[in-house]
Amino acid sequence: MRLFSLAGRNMKEIYRDPISLILGIGMPVLLILLFTSIGKGAPVDIFMVDMLVPAVAIFSFGFLIMFSATLLVKDRQSAFLTRLLAAPLTSSDFILAYILPFIPFALLQIAASMVAGVALGMSFTSGTFYSLAILIPVAVICIGIGMVLGSLFTENQVAAAGSIIIVVISLFSGAWMDLEMVGGIFEKIGYILPFAHAVDASRAVINGAQLSAVSDKLYWIVSYLVVFICAGILSFWWKTKR
Amino acid sequence: MSGMDIDKKLAVRTEGLTKQFGKNRLAVDNLDLDIKKGEIFSLLGPNGAGKTTTIKMLCCLLKPTGGTARIMGLDILKNPAKIKQIINVSPQETAVAPHLSVLENLVLVGQIYGLSGREAKRRAYRLIELMSLNERLRDPANKLSGGLLRRLSIAMALISDPKVLFLDEPTLGLDPKSRKTLWSLIRYLRGKKTVLLTTHYLEEADALADRIAIIDQGRLVALGTSEELKRQLGGMQVMTVKADSLSPAAMKNLKKIYPQTAIADSHLIIKAEKLDFNKVVDLLRGEGVKINWLSMKEPTLDEIYLKITGRSRDNEII
Repeated sequence: MRLFSLAGRNMKEIYRDPISLILGIGMPVLLILLFTSIGKGAPVDIFMVDMLVPAVAIFSFGFLIMFSATLLVKDRQSAFLTRLLAAPLTSSDFILAYILPFIPFALLQIAASMVAGVALGMSFTSGTFYSLAILIPVAVICIGIGMVLGSLFTENQVAAAGSIIIVVISLFSGAWMDLEMVGGIFEKIGYILPFAHAVDASRAVINGAQLSAVSDKLYWIVSYLVVFICAGILSFWWKTKR
Repeated sequence: MSGMDIDKKLAVRTEGLTKQFGKNRLAVDNLDLDIKKGEIFSLLGPNGAGKTTTIKMLCCLLKPTGGTARIMGLDILKNPAKIKQIINVSPQETAVAPHLSVLENLVLVGQIYGLSGREAKRRAYRLIELMSLNERLRDPANKLSGGLLRRLSIAMALISDPKVLFLDEPTLGLDPKSRKTLWSLIRYLRGKKTVLLTTHYLEEADALADRIAIIDQGRLVALGTSEELKRQLGGMQVMTVKADSLSPAAMKNLKKIYPQTAIADSHLIIKAEKLDFNKVVDLLRGEGVKINWLSMKEPTLDEIYLKITGRSRDNEII
């Protein structure tokens, strides 16, 4: 009950902020519209709607980093977190209340991208559902990164660091360019991070591949998921216990 | 009286409570305090005196590096979970959820403390009435003025019906009118709740607290009621008289009784720890002095505070 009360509050904070809705949900739809229209003029594989939708969904999770970090850092700096820490809440109440509300938001982001994609001609198959097994863990990785930033940084630092990470996702995920074609250090960094694996895997699954065919990429993503959730929890507790 | 009897009468007892950050910064130094149940107790001190650190330790948010404290008989080191059920805090910053309405903020805190939604709402409406927030109950908190936010913050701290309420600088940054409104709300709690409030406003401690502890650089430097502190630490009553035909003989006689008698800006100024109003007036009239106007000023905590923490206040100004 206490967990759901706090998670409900966090959810209201996100959904009542119009910037969250515009950036988190409006922006991916706009990007899909923009790049598919570019793709019509210059037919490149990555701008085909089936390829574009999962990539845009993953890029849009970059905003989850900003939202989760901003919520946490504002609660820290306004001492709302002090009020909560003085209350009889358990460790798991805190952690889950700052993670769970972002998952429905990530689902909304995915749904918005998918609906825009289908409207523009993307085929809707069982692979569309299977892609959730790749997309949701990536969303949780982003929430974990947000927790790390929100725990350790100030509001201004969060804005700067969050923007840098969004650029990194944009450049190294292969969403807007084929990393194999670019090659070199770009490709190496891209495939050290989880985002390019996620873009490749979700594109493959949406286009008919089985999840088992992308299991190596899935393991890569799940490993990052574990690392960033642990890092988020540890940095939260390190900061609040000081 | 046995230790158990004392514990029954006390809401808070600190024993050698100490907090050191790093190797060199001693924020709270061996603090011994007893706060009675139902008392409004003020921790008064300049910025950086250790007031907020003390509150954070008492709220189980920071572990002391030495000593301990008991809240309603429960040790902060051994029973933090039980203590959190019976205390609440209004932090120095306003600490509200900005996109939630006044009502939603109150219900949220109520539910976090384990109240059902219905009970949380019932209490929220009562507190909204008490804090005169009725007209703004549906407004988001980020639209409230500083004074209203403070009232909401205190209401959020009261919704769990805590046995001990911690108010950290409750009127910091408020205009005089909002401050007076909050004072009357805090006074309303006298006898109903044990309140530990920190402040660096002297008049606030003077106006609200049953007892005051002055702390400086983490140490307790004075403790007592406002009157006791003024008396113990040599506060002076001051009488200012505007008079005609003040003769040297009258001055001489006055100085015999009150040596600190002087003329300043054509006013007669008489200072003493205890001035006898009638004695002064009778003496002056007996000497044929015509009194046009007079005023009598009680000693202020300001004098005491400056006397004890003068160095720290200087540091603050710098």
